[in-house]
Amino acid sequence: MTTTTAPVREPLYKRLPVVHQLRTSVGLQRGMLIAGLVLTALFVLTAIFAPLLAPYGYAQLRADGVPFGSQQPPSAAHLWGTTVGGYDVLSRVIWGARTALLVMLVAVVLSSIVGILLGLVSAYFGGWLDRTLVVVADAIYAFPSLLLAIVVAIVISGGQSSMWGGILAAAISITVVFIPQYFRVVRAEVVRIKAEAFVESARVIGASHTRIMTRHVLRNSTRTLPLIMTLNCSEAVLTLAGLGFLGFGIEPTSAAEWGYDLFKALSDVTSGIWWTSIFPGTAIVLTVLGVTLVGESLNDLADPRLRTRRAAAQLAGEVGTASVVPGGVLAAGPEGFEGLGAFEGPSDTPLAGPTAEDGADR
Amino acid sequence: MSTTPVVDIRDLKITFATDRGSVAAVSGVSLTVAPGEVLAIVGESGSGKTVTARTILGLLPSTATTEGAVLLSHRDGSEQLDVTKLKGSALRDVRGRDAAMVFQEPSSVLNPVFPVGWQIIEGLRSHTRMSRAEAKAKAVDVLRRVGIPDAEHRVDYYPHQFSGGQKQRIVIAQAVSLNPGLIIADEPTTALDVTVQAEILELLRRLPQEFGSSVVIITHNMGVVADLADRVAVMYDGEIVEQADVRTLFESPEHPYTRALLDAVPRVGGTRLRTHEPLDVDGTSAAFATPAVDPTATPVVEAKDLRIVYPGRLRQPGFTAVDGVDLVIRPGEVLGLVGESGSGKTTIGRAIAGLTPITDGSLQVLGVEMRGVKERTFRPVRKRIGFVFQDPATSFNPLLTIAQCVAEPLVVHGVAADPHDARARVDELMEAVQLPAAYGDRFPHELSGGQRQRASLARALALDPELLIADEPTSALDVSVQARVLDLFARLQAELGFACLFISHDLAVVDLLADRIAVLHRGVLVEEGTGDQVLGAPQHPYTQRLLASLPVPDPVEQAARREAWNQLRSS
Repeated sequence: MTTTTAPVREPLYKRLPVVHQLRTSVGLQRGMLIAGLVLTALFVLTAIFAPLLAPYGYAQLRADGVPFGSQQPPSAAHLWGTTVGGYDVLSRVIWGARTALLVMLVAVVLSSIVGILLGLVSAYFGGWLDRTLVVVADAIYAFPSLLLAIVVAIVISGGQSSMWGGILAAAISITVVFIPQYFRVVRAEVVRIKAEAFVESARVIGASHTRIMTRHVLRNSTRTLPLIMTLNCSEAVLTLAGLGFLGFGIEPTSAAEWGYDLFKALSDVTSGIWWTSIFPGTAIVLTVLGVTLVGESLNDLADPRLRTRRAAAQLAGEVGTASVVPGGVLAAGPEGFEGLGAFEGPSDTPLAGPTAEDGADR
Repeated sequence: MSTTPVVDIRDLKITFATDRGSVAAVSGVSLTVAPGEVLAIVGESGSGKTVTARTILGLLPSTATTEGAVLLSHRDGSEQLDVTKLKGSALRDVRGRDAAMVFQEPSSVLNPVFPVGWQIIEGLRSHTRMSRAEAKAKAVDVLRRVGIPDAEHRVDYYPHQFSGGQKQRIVIAQAVSLNPGLIIADEPTTALDVTVQAEILELLRRLPQEFGSSVVIITHNMGVVADLADRVAVMYDGEIVEQADVRTLFESPEHPYTRALLDAVPRVGGTRLRTHEPLDVDGTSAAFATPAVDPTATPVVEAKDLRIVYPGRLRQPGFTAVDGVDLVIRPGEVLGLVGESGSGKTTIGRAIAGLTPITDGSLQVLGVEMRGVKERTFRPVRKRIGFVFQDPATSFNPLLTIAQCVAEPLVVHGVAADPHDARARVDELMEAVQLPAAYGDRFPHELSGGQRQRASLARALALDPELLIADEPTSALDVSVQARVLDLFARLQAELGFACLFISHDLAVVDLLADRIAVLHRGVLVEEGTGDQVLGAPQHPYTQRLLASLPVPDPVEQAARREAWNQLRSS
């Protein structure tokens, strides 16, 4: 773990969002984060190397001119069996990761760009623009995301679901639902940062609004974004699966999609054919679980009241680590309010107010 | 009771476990407080004075490890308990009964959702068996005794219905309600204005006689010490370097640190840092020579009947922060603007910097009329204005290095293409403010408050401005650091000759630097003139009151001043 670069500051890779949290986490929180990261990595790798991993194509029905046959139980040729439509389950689960990943990426990229931009401009300039945007954002919260997704799916693909049509439908509906979340988080941060003296000092210097917004405000208001992005990802996968399950998904010939496979497996369940539903279902659960675990851990680690800390863990030993429940409890840590401020890199502003320790340290 | 000390601290050592290893905050402090005595613990931030005092009430966080003993006498003198060994309910019993605390910021100490009387009663009933009515009667009584008028009714008021000074009185009432043997006051007047401070000090002074409590007052203000204390303990770096009777300490301080501390305290009518006369031949004068201000030169800033109103909520009248102020700052002149909180001094500074729009009247800044000015028209002028903010902790973007921050004005106004390009000039500026050039690569949080404020000065001076606005630049700093920053400020002003609006609540600081002093009171300019005129022979009653309220760091002189103040107040 030793480095050759400047001893005062940690090298860049150690300060990257997830890496930094991984290094500072301890105990069960670290376990959660690692489990989440492993699941997510598995998912991403599967998606990337799908052509190498999958024994067949996602729309392949026969090998060497011989049809796979429908609803075949797991065998050497088809490790996870075949579906009612005669597709290889294993191949479709692997290829499905690709579709899911694409939806995540498109949804996150679109919604974060638009949400951050709107939040920044809205909070920075304020006035009627801000008020209007806040009302619109509130109104969007009232829409069920799945309903919105169905409408968007119909608008985009006209009912004919191609691969990109389905992906975009899911991604855009997620985008619409998530823009208000990015918007609100960024807006709240910007409103706070805007009042800071360093922003005023930039104004006094004569910096333009664009420069103040990008250089001084935006960079200081992105702390909570990684968390929302992970939640955004899992929501995107669920909506895609939901769309597929309702029949608004992607045709099996254009791309593999877990929700669609589940939908088709519905009738199999009663006739004792388990392999068509278990595998895509598990894939959805594990993907969402992995991404959510990462998100939850990041959340807990970012909040000093929820973060278990190394010194605390050493003091309390076994009991200290076991007392933390996933999802966050009132664990202020044995160090209590005094443990809040200390440590962290330059991006972290002190969290605790003036305390006795502050007085002692400086 | 007799001669047993109220509290007896023996060889106290406190260490904090932090992420960077353990830090010793207090190393071997021994102190005693006699009954009825006022002991002042003075020192700068980080000297361990607050930690020491908090130990008496067992208020340390669990990261702290304590060694030594803190023997606190029971209120009736029956026993002495070692507070460091107490836990749980035994510790709770001691708090409030044997010793009580008065905190720095009265607004945050009182719970805003409960009436003040309720908060006093809560303390009373948790220690004594008292009916609600009895407790309330007692609360009213104690409120009256600390000088809350109409206490019978106001006992049911909420904290926000009181002014800052009254809130501090209520906090003191809460502390004395159980007649503890010891009151610990941690910077009790730091958040208050001078005139209010004087009244709170008067109240604290009366505590030993009226309530029979000893007082430990923690402060960094030597004027407060001179005013209040019987005995002084000077702390430095976790140790008590000197302990003496207050007169002895001020007359003949023994430890070099005490001497340095006393020398650093600015005094009204003391030596000025700037002079318009040529230096003595031998150059012994500490002042920096500056050319005399030309009274006919075109003013840098000219305000005529300036009014600034902050708009109110719907259908409510706005708040007039500045009401008809006339001001002139000529090239090379330092104008000191003094006033208490809410007097509008910061608003004027912000208006000149184009941060707050003006409502009425006229304000000319470097030839631009600020009334209804467009940002586009004013932007070129910003180049010629520097601004130093009050709090050095927040005035730097935490994600940029100091060099990048200082280079910001150069980059914004196209003098340099990027921070890297500006580095040579930045290093020059860093040298001018006496910071090592290598500090440029540090991040703001890696610098101390004084260093940050000097970097802030470097940033303000980056474009060689004609006008510098300094808004309370030293109020967040320790006295010795303040002295250094002020000295640097005077030196740079003499070298660069910029005009300056120096905003401060501290008369002594303004007196050190300013050519002319303007006194603001509730948005109105009540008096203006040279330092000798305004502070030597104040005409306006407000200025007189302000001056009389200011405690001077000299116990003998302060005693006389307090007499005068009491007369001024009663007349």
